[in-house]
Amino acid sequence: MNTQSNLERVLESGAFAVTSECGPPRSAAGDVILRKGLMLKHCTDAVNVTDNQTAIVRMSSLASCVLLKSIGIDPVLQMVCRDRNRIALQSDILGAAALGIDNLLCLSGDHQSFGNQPGAKNVYDIDSMQLLACARDMCENGRFISDLGEYEMDTPPSMFIGAAANPFADPSDYRVLRLAKKVNSGARFIQTQCIFNLKKFGRWMKDVRAMGLHEQVYILGGVTPLKSAGMARYMRDKVAGMDVPDSVIRRMEGLKGEAAREMGIKICVETIKKLKKMEGVSGVHIMAIEWEDAVPQIVEMAELLPRP
Amino acid sequence: MIVAETKPIEEIYGFIEPYNKIMVLGCGGCVSVCLSGGEKEVGVLTSALKLKRKIDGRELEVVEMTIPRQCDWEYFDLMGSRLDEVEAVVSIGCGAGVQALVKKFPDSLVYPGLNTSFLGVGEKPGVWVEYCQGCGSCVLGLTGGICPVARCSKHILNGPCGGSEKGMCEVDPKNIPCVWQLIYDRLKSIDRLDLIEKIMDMKDWSTATDGGVRRMENPEVFALEHKQQEDKEPAKG
Repeated sequence: MNTQSNLERVLESGAFAVTSECGPPRSAAGDVILRKGLMLKHCTDAVNVTDNQTAIVRMSSLASCVLLKSIGIDPVLQMVCRDRNRIALQSDILGAAALGIDNLLCLSGDHQSFGNQPGAKNVYDIDSMQLLACARDMCENGRFISDLGEYEMDTPPSMFIGAAANPFADPSDYRVLRLAKKVNSGARFIQTQCIFNLKKFGRWMKDVRAMGLHEQVYILGGVTPLKSAGMARYMRDKVAGMDVPDSVIRRMEGLKGEAAREMGIKICVETIKKLKKMEGVSGVHIMAIEWEDAVPQIVEMAELLPRP
Repeated sequence: MIVAETKPIEEIYGFIEPYNKIMVLGCGGCVSVCLSGGEKEVGVLTSALKLKRKIDGRELEVVEMTIPRQCDWEYFDLMGSRLDEVEAVVSIGCGAGVQALVKKFPDSLVYPGLNTSFLGVGEKPGVWVEYCQGCGSCVLGLTGGICPVARCSKHILNGPCGGSEKGMCEVDPKNIPCVWQLIYDRLKSIDRLDLIEKIMDMKDWSTATDGGVRRMENPEVFALEHKQQEDKEPAKG
């Protein structure tokens, strides 16, 4: 099934896709989104908009997607299961489709205890796997989640549906099986957790290929440019499911300011070039956390310009 | 069992501020086992309240009592007329016990002394852990007897999420095991990983608190009760 998604078009064409992400502001400043969008527009095929990431209240993902769409970007609506039950999720999928949002990334979401609203009710009515299946059923069959009715919508949404995968979390020998479950639930593209440990990612990809999953789903490897050795250590020690090898930390160590940022970009570009050569990897997802202006340079240095 | 924790003493002290003679009522059930609402805890709370009152320059009289269960009507009879002696009761039963007491003695003033927390198991001395959420449609048959609804921080049925590291949950890596790691290891050990290869369907939460206030009827007992009622009041005409 084909949608209006630019990301889908690029992936179907066989080109190596580039996506990035844009974190909405903690205010009503729509111009922040537009400014970030303008930086990313020429060097990406689609831009993810995070959904209250790390459980901190921000401008809504859907509203930010609409702002990006208004300047000609193909936004990827990130939707987490933490804050909304199945009624609200389905309603937002319809609204997003009506507003011209063509990509949906289904996630479970960061637990609210990490953010600035730790007393919030934890919804998780459905999980990311079930949200994928729900979105697929809405798009392909025009049906809502329902045990009762046979209602079929006259204008179903049409969206390119994806999910996340973390090749580095535990239990490691279950991770590829879980990816298979996501593919069976309806994921057509996958964006992975940040890759710093290429060896481990390579082993995961080998298992992915052994199951033939790379032929059923587009896999975009996640990368993040490091700003400092401190950031690298923080990610290694404090972020669960994040694997930053000592070799990467050693390369960052002793470097300050601009020199550290340059090294971070260099490592990121090297990773992208290696991912490009890896069988079954269809693209790259660049998550430059609050550092969107590094993305054009990374894409250029990775020889991925101009975008198709 | 039902696990409950003692409320902060200041909160209980605030409840009883207007009264000079109260009862502290313990429960011999679950809350005795988890060391928060039994006979011993009645004594501890009584001493604490009396001491605090003394410091504030007022006397407090306390009737101490513990009944086998606060959630069954018949045990309230054991209280005799002791309730008439006091102005208010602090119940250190669970939330069900406090409410049963209120229902049984609508003229009494009843205050809770505990925060009722969860259905759990004592994993080691002095440590109780949530094991069941009373969701009303048990999934343990599909998960190797380990519950993701109660024991996954996100209650996800197709876990683990990306926050599982070295067997622990990112929400509290020191204390919360990743239940999906436990489920995975368990199913692997009994050669039933096939159970989590399938996508687990979304849950019907209408059997949980989300479906409205729950009740359970035992049809046999219900029918018997109904018959006895009819025998007492034969149909007219």
